Amino acid sequence: MAKKVALLQGNEACAHGALYAGCNFFGGYPITPSTEVAEVLSNELPKFGGKFIQMEDEIGAMASIIGASLTGAKALTASSGPGISLKQELIGYACIAEVPCVIISVMRGGPSTGMPTGPGQSDVMQAKWGTHGDHATIALAPASVQEIFTETVRAFNLAEKYRMPVQVVYDEIVGHMRERIEFPEPGDLEIINRAKPTVGPDKYKPYDTSFGDVPPLAAYGTGYRYHVTGLNKAQDGFPTTKAEYVDAEERRQIRKVEGEVARVDIEKYEEYLTDDATILLFAYGSTSRSARYAVNELRKEGIKVGLFRPITLWPFPEKRIAALGKQVKAIIVPELNLGQMNLEVERVVKGACPVISIGRVDGEPINPGQIIAQVKEVK
Amino acid sequence: MAYDYEKYIRPGKLPHIWCPGCGHGIVMKGLIRAIDSCGLDKNNTALVSGIGCASRLPGYLDFCTLHTAHGRAAAFATGVKMAKPEMNVIVMGGDGDGTAIGGNHFIHACRRNIDMTYVIMNNLIYGMTGGQFSPCTPTGDKASTTPYGNPDPTFDISKLAIGAGATFVARTTAFHATQIDKLIAEGIKHKGMAIIEVLDDCPTTYGRRNKFRSVIDMMKRLKDIAVPVAAAGKMTAEQLEGKVLTGVLYKEDKPEYCEQYAKVIAKASGAK
Repeated sequence: MAKKVALLQGNEACAHGALYAGCNFFGGYPITPSTEVAEVLSNELPKFGGKFIQMEDEIGAMASIIGASLTGAKALTASSGPGISLKQELIGYACIAEVPCVIISVMRGGPSTGMPTGPGQSDVMQAKWGTHGDHATIALAPASVQEIFTETVRAFNLAEKYRMPVQVVYDEIVGHMRERIEFPEPGDLEIINRAKPTVGPDKYKPYDTSFGDVPPLAAYGTGYRYHVTGLNKAQDGFPTTKAEYVDAEERRQIRKVEGEVARVDIEKYEEYLTDDATILLFAYGSTSRSARYAVNELRKEGIKVGLFRPITLWPFPEKRIAALGKQVKAIIVPELNLGQMNLEVERVVKGACPVISIGRVDGEPINPGQIIAQVKEVK
Repeated sequence: MAYDYEKYIRPGKLPHIWCPGCGHGIVMKGLIRAIDSCGLDKNNTALVSGIGCASRLPGYLDFCTLHTAHGRAAAFATGVKMAKPEMNVIVMGGDGDGTAIGGNHFIHACRRNIDMTYVIMNNLIYGMTGGQFSPCTPTGDKASTTPYGNPDPTFDISKLAIGAGATFVARTTAFHATQIDKLIAEGIKHKGMAIIEVLDDCPTTYGRRNKFRSVIDMMKRLKDIAVPVAAAGKMTAEQLEGKVLTGVLYKEDKPEYCEQYAKVIAKASGAK
């Protein structure tokens, strides 16, 4: 059967991906260049009884989706640069309280108001470390309209599976460009819903690790009464300052994402002509498209260049990058900032090869020519 | 008459953190009596709070309790209520939490007229952090950050709520213990945003800096400044100087937010 196809903008695809994943609550605040996500959902959600609310500010929007998620809703918010900065307080809350939710971060120029209508990739470290305190992060970085759809679905799946906030970060170019998209049929993509308690309300503890590193979350209003707080808490959900409880909980919350098994499940990347590569490009989002073009051009000249494209940005694909670092002569990292993921690559490669940053922050995309020139310089 | 508060208190969660003489416990008991008189189902009731002494209240009670971030209670509560309108949502918090850092969420929750009850315990100070001035600290008073006297004008929380669009606004004090539960109960029954301001006392961080020699003095102040709305009509402006009105200050029937959104759903699902 022919799939339903459409010419869609990235942000529109995001909204449709969310709906496919079962999103039934959106709390947002208008901001360029992410607003289309809210606009589409304001139209679509009430058609099937879903809820859309435009809150008084970015913080309120983030608060509303956490509240909604605790009642069992699959909740989404979308914002950009300074809006994501405002949400950081409560992204941390969702981390420590372990409340599933999805945050779309459409990156523009920055800091501050910066260049609202220009593209940027300077919020990738904000995705990782924007909120205070130690915490694990899951952030996905789609590079096409189709991929925004599928990665938004995966973001909901990971949020539900790992009981935490998941961010989808993409630059304004991917968010605003229009491409052909094939809509998956229901059932084509896996949909994961959070684990429900298997014990009765009298035995239920919201952070009961006897069920593993991701304890089941009961919905408010279903007979389970429990406490949720942003304070360090024990397994029963109540605040504690007891060293052993605090330490165990903090470590578990990081382990549930960065542990060996979880990493295999969460990490996702695409490699293009890396098998025999002697020079590696590391690129994500719109920049990876220029990088792929550059690889094709350079290969015509016999230069052995490959592309590593992380689709999961956080947790960072450490093992694979470390291995590639030993294989190639140099890694070049083009990105629309002045070297953010570049530092992460450098950290993981541990000096096995030079890591070279191509940064751009003038509101223009990185073009293949810029990358080709850099490759030829190191060759 | 003996009252079974235990039915609503979480086993093992007391003693509370509040200082001797603090009025928050009086408000908590009032809340319990109100909830009991309204017959709310514990499983279907969410108690939401922000940060501060008053915001620790939900943790002691046996409901779906959500202790959020500083100032954000009304916004979290809006998400809970919007996603599950059949739940009873009650917000508990202090004056600094609700009207300073949470001021924006507070006024917009009032504006939407979303069906929840917000009990705001106004003790005129940031107690938990040691007594810094709040938007409600009287001008001229001493706080740890106003050693020369508070230069700031104050918020009248009830007026703020009325101005912002809350459709039930009432005020009482921690001294008037029996009025607390009656007003909260009325607020719970009201369809729409109900604000109940309870003037409270903080002997530890406010009283001792402002010449209240004892908790009794602070309670006496609450008793003396309160004037029931009905009585105020017969008093002169001079007599009302320094007083605050108590009782139901404002009540209006207006469309409630979740009901309004239900109309959006009806329209959208019909217009496929």
